[in-house]
Amino acid sequence: MIEAIQESHYYNSLPFLLKGLRWTAFITFAGLFIGFILGAIFGLGRLSKSKIISTLSTVYVEVVRGTPMLAQILFIYAGLTKGIIGFNIDAVTASITAIAINAGAYIAEIVRGAVYSIEKGQHEAGRAMGLTQRQTMRYIIWPQAFKRMIPPLGNQFVISLKDTSLLSVIAIPEIVYQGKQYYNITYSPFQTLVMVCLLYLVITIPTSLYLRRLERKLDV
Amino acid sequence: MITVKDLHKYFGKNEVLKGINAHVNESEVVCVIGPSGSGKSTFLRCLNLLEEVTSGEIEIDGDVLTDPKVDINAVRSQVGMVFQHFNLFPHMSVLDNITLAPIKVKGLSKEEAEEAARPLLDKVGLSDKADAYPESLSGGQKQRVAIARSLAMDPKVMLFDEPTSALDPELVGDVLQVMKDLAKEGMTMVVVTHEMGFAKEVGDRVLFMDEGIIMEEGSPTQIFDMPQHERTQSFLSKIL
Repeated sequence: MIEAIQESHYYNSLPFLLKGLRWTAFITFAGLFIGFILGAIFGLGRLSKSKIISTLSTVYVEVVRGTPMLAQILFIYAGLTKGIIGFNIDAVTASITAIAINAGAYIAEIVRGAVYSIEKGQHEAGRAMGLTQRQTMRYIIWPQAFKRMIPPLGNQFVISLKDTSLLSVIAIPEIVYQGKQYYNITYSPFQTLVMVCLLYLVITIPTSLYLRRLERKLDV
Repeated sequence: MITVKDLHKYFGKNEVLKGINAHVNESEVVCVIGPSGSGKSTFLRCLNLLEEVTSGEIEIDGDVLTDPKVDINAVRSQVGMVFQHFNLFPHMSVLDNITLAPIKVKGLSKEEAEEAARPLLDKVGLSDKADAYPESLSGGQKQRVAIARSLAMDPKVMLFDEPTSALDPELVGDVLQVMKDLAKEGMTMVVVTHEMGFAKEVGDRVLFMDEGIIMEEGSPTQIFDMPQHERTQSFLSKIL
């Protein structure tokens, strides 16, 4: 029995896939880190009183949300760099950029929604005491809004994690790419892809469960 | 203390304040009454520029608020405001609610601000609630914390925007008592209220607003016992 498992493709594909998991994790975290910064900037940008800033932010969000992620990846990797700048950026940089820009747009909506959901009276109370706009944001609005952002941000983490699988088209050796390499050599697509999916589920299901608990705890 | 000259305020094309002239003396308690939609809350909110003024002039203790060069944050720090819905900061303890502005605006140290906050909590009868969070307080307690929070900035004027309208009837008394104490101490107060009893007892002067203007003003006795204007009469007959 144990021998049978050890000789199966379920077992043998795992080291390859785990190698892919490292890339998947690295690009997800790096991309989301930058994506959060972008999201905060453009999310607040959408709420800005300045027409130029809010329009720019809206254009960014709508362009990203209205185009397929795959096209965005290819655009950043091939379209922009080879086509416009004239030199190559490596696939990893392109990948992190793509995840960051894509997640940034969705996070911008999360930030905007959370800030917008804080009662207007909170802002007024701060300003009425003599706090500046910036201080009111920093000490009153942002801490409350951030709490409301946590569940949807966790959701975005799961989405971006799965989106990294698209990076296989630019030969990032993440989980799906590794799986494909493995089954092309061993002719074991079924077993390998079962393992690929399990590997994602091992991360996504606990995350979702944890988020649901957190949501109840935060009462948002 | 406060002088308002020909104040106009539009929301879009809708003119909600149609030329308000008013004066509030130091240590005076002025109550603003009137039907909903009369512009009384908007008028009050103009006094610390929570509403942008369309035209006219507002002067508080020598500062012309409507002058574009005025430092609005500095003016606001001297004008306390208490809201109908309290607007306490739910993510901060009662003490932190009170000390936030003194620390960030006045530049007090945390210790100084907390030392100054304790007597204020005493004053509103909530010294045991310093470490509580707003969600654990009753409406009346929340409003008293909100009053203490405003007082922490040592304001020259206090504005009250229907401070008891969101409270259960049995909780109104405690809040009104705190306001009466304040009035006795000589605080200059402008109070938008539906509490006619309070206006009668504590108010030095009553302004009756309707349709964006001050229809009638006078001492509480004049307004409540012998209203001159027909609108005042009909408003009072409906609520008294």
